[in-house]
Amino acid sequence: MSESEEIIEPETLPLDGWHRARGARMVPFAGYEMPIQYEGILAEHEWTRSHAGLFDVSHMGQLEVSGEDATEALEALLPIDLSTLKPGRQRYSLLLDENGGVLDDLMVTNAGERFYLVVNGATKWDDIAHLREHLPDDITLNHLADDALLALQGPEAAEVLGQLGLEPANSGPRVADMAFMDAVEFGWNGVPLRVSRSGYTGEDGFEISVPADQAEALAEALCAQPEVKPIGLGARDSLRLEAGLPLYGHDLSPGTSPVEAGLTFGINKRRRSEGGFPGAERIQRELAEGTKRHWVGLALEGRMAAREGADVYAGDDKVGTVTSGGFSPTLGHPIAMAYVDAAHAGEGTALELEVRGKRLPARVVPTPFVPHRYHRKGAAK
Amino acid sequence: MTRYFTQDHEWIEVDGDTATVGITDYAQGQLGDIVFVEVPDAGASVTKGGDAAVVESVKAASDVYSPVTGTVTEGNPALADDPALVNTAPEGDGWFFKLTIADKGELDGLMDEAAYKAFCDTL
Repeated sequence: MSESEEIIEPETLPLDGWHRARGARMVPFAGYEMPIQYEGILAEHEWTRSHAGLFDVSHMGQLEVSGEDATEALEALLPIDLSTLKPGRQRYSLLLDENGGVLDDLMVTNAGERFYLVVNGATKWDDIAHLREHLPDDITLNHLADDALLALQGPEAAEVLGQLGLEPANSGPRVADMAFMDAVEFGWNGVPLRVSRSGYTGEDGFEISVPADQAEALAEALCAQPEVKPIGLGARDSLRLEAGLPLYGHDLSPGTSPVEAGLTFGINKRRRSEGGFPGAERIQRELAEGTKRHWVGLALEGRMAAREGADVYAGDDKVGTVTSGGFSPTLGHPIAMAYVDAAHAGEGTALELEVRGKRLPARVVPTPFVPHRYHRKGAAK
Repeated sequence: MTRYFTQDHEWIEVDGDTATVGITDYAQGQLGDIVFVEVPDAGASVTKGGDAAVVESVKAASDVYSPVTGTVTEGNPALADDPALVNTAPEGDGWFFKLTIADKGELDGLMDEAAYKAFCDTL
């Protein structure tokens, strides 16, 4: 048996003791000791798909951008159209370098007088340095390092959060009336919470920013309800893979453009035509002419999985590389995401993945592998 | 029959010149839910400390090494349909392969159950 682990000096998160008391196995990830699983990845995965799972994502970076010209300042760095992002709404966006490579993917919330950004844990210090360097001096960037972040995900999440008795802070909607990507500030027993109806599992659910010293009380109140169990990072990864969502550092990097990654929805219409963001020239060209490779979903036969780094073949020709892969608990077979040459990226294309010297048959399939169940505005329940 | 253990968390149960190999309860606990096991075919040659099988959890694939040199006589066919046997019965029905031992002297460096338990307590 062999297992390799990164050797780093991890920090502890606000809920560290709470996770350990609940039997979590802790592993180093993104510079922190993180819970990878409690009772087991399969059980936690299935619990989240059928009930409500509580994830600690406090390693992620929570940033606040404010100042009179914050809209223009952010638009100079992100391909987002903030004129169409209303107060109380959240949107997916990308931090790009001068070549249009992806420095990070992130969530942006318009909170009226300021913007909140949630960035990846592994990249947050680089993101903060990048933003400080490129934002004008009259724009304030705060790292909200004293806030924890919890994600409550699954079909019973809304009911559970609704039972907590949250009071909307600024005559905003109640929990039950929030739609996907709504962001509302609440009070909970006097504790301020920033709640968005979003997440990264493909399920309906919420991300909840809470002062770090109140995180344990909130986690305890949520897990006191029979619908909720704490879920580790292992199931978070298998859930996001089934949902066909990219993971930064694996599926996205400075070497990938958002167009080949299929993330053009993160580049809003006005910005596509006007440009004015880092790498705009390349991205506009790729939008017009297409890209040489595409990020695609692959379904494998059998049970042997292909993981990150596996080569993709069409006959004798290497045509791509797997960026994420594993066993899908919901589907009962392995799935993978890969960058594949455009000529072999069409739905239904038969390919082979090389794993430990063997060729595994695979087929290009549409993503998400498991349908999203977001609570979209106006959608039938 | 005598059971030995390796520092890589394999067990080997020896019966004369033949033996059965699997991974320990400690190892399956570390790996979590097992979803796939690749076992060697009958006739395959394995060497002490060399790759012999692969065990995959939801998250990762791990190599399983042979505790001794020898020739595989059988891979466990039950693991193809039910890889979770490695979780539920790691040191029983969840065995990986049987082999004919080439050199019984290679068993000398392995741990007995008490030594292995003491080893795990240090991890």
